[in-house]
Amino acid sequence: METVLISVLNGLVYGMLLFMLASGLTLIFSMMGVLNFAHASIYMVGAYLAFTISQVLGFFPALIIAPVLCGLIGAGIEIWGLRRVHHNGHIAELLFTFGLVFIIQRLVQMTWGMLPMAYRVPPLLDFPLFHLYGVNFPAYRGFMLLVSGAMLLSTWVLLKKTRVGLIIQAALTHPQMVSSLGHNVPQVFTTVFAGGCLLAGLAGVIGGNYQTTEPGMADSMGPIVFVVVVFGGLGSLAGCFVASIVMGMIQTFAVVVDYSVADLLRPLGLAISGDTLLTEVLTVPVARIGALLPFVMMVTILFFRPRGLMGTRDA
Amino acid sequence: MARFEAFGGNMRSLFRRACFAFVALLMGAAIRPALAQDTIKVAYVDPFSGPFASGGDEFLKVFAYILQKVNADGGALGKKFELVPFDDKLQPSEALIALKSVTDQNIPFVMQCTGSNVGSALLDGVSKYNARNPDNRILYLNCGALATELTNELCDFWQFRFTGNVEMRAAARVKALPKDVTKVYLLNQDYLFGQSIQHDTKKWLAKLRPDIQIVGDELMPFGKVQDFSPYIQKIKASGAQSVITGNYNRDLNLLIKAAVDDGLNVRFDTFLAHLIGGPTAIGSAGEGRLFSVTEFDPNVPAELNKPEAEAFSNGWRATHDTDFSEIPFLTMFQMLARAIDKAGSTDALKVALALEGMKGTDLVGAPVEMRKEDHQLLMPYYAVSFTKNVKYDAEKTGLGWKTDFIATTEELTLPTVCKMKRPAS
Amino acid sequence: MRVRWLIVALIVVAMAAPWGFYDWTHHRHSGFLISMLSQMGMMVILALSYNMLLGQAGLFSLCHATFFGMGGYATIHFLNAAGDGSLPVPMEVMPLLAGLSGLALAMLFGAMATKQRATAFAMITLGIGELMATAALMFHHFFGGEGGVTTNRMIDNSVFGLSYASGLQVYYLILAWTVIAAALMYFLTLTPLGRMANATRDNFERAQFIGYDPRMVRFLQFALSGFFAGIGGGLYAITYEIVTFDALAAPLSANALLMAYIGGTTVFGGPILGAVLITLLQSGVSLLSNSWLVYVGVMFIAMVIFAPSGLAGLIKAHEPIRRAGRLGALTVPYLRLVIPSLGVLLGFVGLVELMSFLTIGAAQGKKLVLFGGPIDVHAVVPWAVSVASLLLGGVWLRFEAAGFHLVWERLMAGARR
Repeated sequence: METVLISVLNGLVYGMLLFMLASGLTLIFSMMGVLNFAHASIYMVGAYLAFTISQVLGFFPALIIAPVLCGLIGAGIEIWGLRRVHHNGHIAELLFTFGLVFIIQRLVQMTWGMLPMAYRVPPLLDFPLFHLYGVNFPAYRGFMLLVSGAMLLSTWVLLKKTRVGLIIQAALTHPQMVSSLGHNVPQVFTTVFAGGCLLAGLAGVIGGNYQTTEPGMADSMGPIVFVVVVFGGLGSLAGCFVASIVMGMIQTFAVVVDYSVADLLRPLGLAISGDTLLTEVLTVPVARIGALLPFVMMVTILFFRPRGLMGTRDA
Repeated sequence: MARFEAFGGNMRSLFRRACFAFVALLMGAAIRPALAQDTIKVAYVDPFSGPFASGGDEFLKVFAYILQKVNADGGALGKKFELVPFDDKLQPSEALIALKSVTDQNIPFVMQCTGSNVGSALLDGVSKYNARNPDNRILYLNCGALATELTNELCDFWQFRFTGNVEMRAAARVKALPKDVTKVYLLNQDYLFGQSIQHDTKKWLAKLRPDIQIVGDELMPFGKVQDFSPYIQKIKASGAQSVITGNYNRDLNLLIKAAVDDGLNVRFDTFLAHLIGGPTAIGSAGEGRLFSVTEFDPNVPAELNKPEAEAFSNGWRATHDTDFSEIPFLTMFQMLARAIDKAGSTDALKVALALEGMKGTDLVGAPVEMRKEDHQLLMPYYAVSFTKNVKYDAEKTGLGWKTDFIATTEELTLPTVCKMKRPAS
Repeated sequence: MRVRWLIVALIVVAMAAPWGFYDWTHHRHSGFLISMLSQMGMMVILALSYNMLLGQAGLFSLCHATFFGMGGYATIHFLNAAGDGSLPVPMEVMPLLAGLSGLALAMLFGAMATKQRATAFAMITLGIGELMATAALMFHHFFGGEGGVTTNRMIDNSVFGLSYASGLQVYYLILAWTVIAAALMYFLTLTPLGRMANATRDNFERAQFIGYDPRMVRFLQFALSGFFAGIGGGLYAITYEIVTFDALAAPLSANALLMAYIGGTTVFGGPILGAVLITLLQSGVSLLSNSWLVYVGVMFIAMVIFAPSGLAGLIKAHEPIRRAGRLGALTVPYLRLVIPSLGVLLGFVGLVELMSFLTIGAAQGKKLVLFGGPIDVHAVVPWAVSVASLLLGGVWLRFEAAGFHLVWERLMAGARR
């Protein structure tokens, strides 16, 4: 019981961290159909900017300024780069963001160096919030939950309840019509992209001191975020949220499961012995491959349902 | 286009001519003769670009500092050492291509300090190359590929390892465990290195500390885990007093942060917490609970009362935010210089024969030996803890490494299964 | 007719290249050059097989290296078996075995991946790639863990009696197989399968209406591209005698994508060009600069924005003008483009190197050597020169580009008449 409760809590926190990262990406992906490979790189830039700003002004100003800067960077990328590539198709856009990954990484290395930065949780939030079965629940995690919840709420409200959101959704499916009605569609796309990058930057500010701030952080977080977005489905913020929580839970619970396929087969009387590749594969406990389960899940769901879990449109 | 039209025809052609002239000037200025130098070149293959570039980058700086001293002490045969770096991007195929460049340029020594995947490729590559080209042989100086196999099952005459292998570190790690620890949890990364640590730690626990109960033995995906809370939960449930782990960089930093966040009070007996960037990333979270096994740290000379070594370490700290801990690198070049002097040339076979079996002392006066049997450097290890009451802090965090236990060279002279094929001539 | 002569010329150049760089003082070939040429051969096969998916079938695959790597691992095991005497297969046939391994695996994964198309397909392949790369680290028996699996290629079994001790012989083996694989892939494009792959790429609904199952077409194309990728992997195993998990990791898949795209996905020979260029960049430029990733990234982005049809596409665009016989009229405009382009290039490279040196290189104890001479990073002159070169070159280039555009339009209009 204790294990389950703690695991649920941990899974929830981890899921919300994933959602923070994935929300920006799903916004861009759903709205513009661009799978932004550089999303994790913007996350990294957000973390580094937050570190530098917090050295000078403190954590809470950095919480505001760094995401805004990332949004501006995103706007710049869209106006001078992505917009020109738009007419060459989705793959060209993908490749463009792909090229950005290398450039951003090297620029970060050149600006801040190659070693991790001492970006720490602010002392104001560095205390245990409550105890559960002897395990602490740090206040910073509560703060993270708060921020991701706010992100979810504000994004949802923006898209579903405001006029701007309506225009954005319309521009997605009928760009020419919306343009004929007098809206500046390219500007809408720029806003969306900048918004996605702002969310990525915000995730970076929060995640950078929760994890570590180093030039390799984009490569570590990148793949899992794509998996979450694709699993959740295109055009669906709710899908992204559900996917994040589900994957967070599964990865967390997997670690506590020490059984392997061989353990399943044993009660059936099939003993696995010997020293071959097959034995190796069958005796792998679930805990060892926990981090791979999201990929397996994604492949499975795409096989049956290419739109993802709650997707509203095809790729 | 209209703006340029307005420039006027004459102005445009003048502008154009000025541009051409400027370019011609630039080209002329760019051509300069290259200077030749008479030095002993040592090729250095490591990642200098991409996500793992921090390793190669830092070591290059360290080598620059070390060579300053070694060259000032006379170099070898009156010549200075010169490093020729090659970027392998942590990929064996790139390292092997770089190796071709090394042999083309007749550079007699190749050095590599990051990654057992590249290390084993180089060992194999050098061995095959020397067998097929006996007139242009080279030596492989292994300064960082830790897999125990490289000086055991895969040992080779042309490889000299100047760093402690996994088994030596595991022995030191186990020896340093306090008597009151009776329950340990093993957590390692799921690839060859982590699995080696797991295997050798269990071996030495059985040998030296049969009283210790292994309450958990876990492998986690390398570099993929973002959230360590479930692992912390398992460790807590097991009742372990110490977590023995070979995790490093991100996998270690996040583990310790999670432990601190969750209020879990266990020892972390690590192997590589002292790797560059570790103290910075972990910070005060590590105080009192972080332990590692290192070749050297800035407090060792003060503890052993060796002013020369202390001055050397301070010379580095004065101009860098990181610490000098790579004492085997210095030992490597000092021994290499002696071997070259003894052999009278840089011929690979002669230097190898001079180098194997060589005994000496390292910077702090501990005895070291390049064992002839397997070409493994026998050296001491210091079991250290991360704490406040030290003379020199680590990476400007306010906390530093304090030596709790010294595993001497003799204690770490472990048997080997190496059956080296020696060349005929 | 002309293309055939071009191909023959290329093959001759490829065969003669090692001799052009012969080291007369030491009486040996440049090992580095042969290595690079060998690498080019393998990458050509990888890029061409990738283009079977990307360019010809419109499938964006992110796990292509998996088949390359598995072909490599399988070959290592085959070579070890051959060395033991339990597999009496000559060296020349080994790549074929590798290809068959790649084929088998591609059929297995293809059954999963090709059920979907476009983005879903891409994400499934992403998942497969990640899973295989992690599995390679975890399971030792087949993959050998981090250190990989090694072999000795001197298995004493060759149709031509070669020992394959020297890199030169291996290079010729690679060259032979590259030519064979490229020829096969080319002929594939002429078959009904190849044509239908193009059709499903352009309009899969219409292809369905004609009666072809797009899923079957995708599946076959995927399987065959895995076959050729496996051949490349086999050659990799023979050359380096070691295969580690990097041979099936994501960076190699990314490389395949880069090479195919930069070379040009619309022309068959495009990926060949891309493979040669990228290999030169990676192995050559990375020797000169640690910022080579920036150059690759910028070049990639520039291609994506300005020349989405790749280099080969650019060359092919000259077709109408060439047929009209007016190609010569472009020489002077091109020359006029070259010089400001060089200026922009110099300026950009200078700036990147200076910045990189300032923050990274200086502490490494290196001295910045640009274009043959040592440069003092703290002096104003190098910075001023770089910035000026970049800005002036940029302005001038826009100038010349506009003029070039005019000439181009004129010639194209003339050619169409």
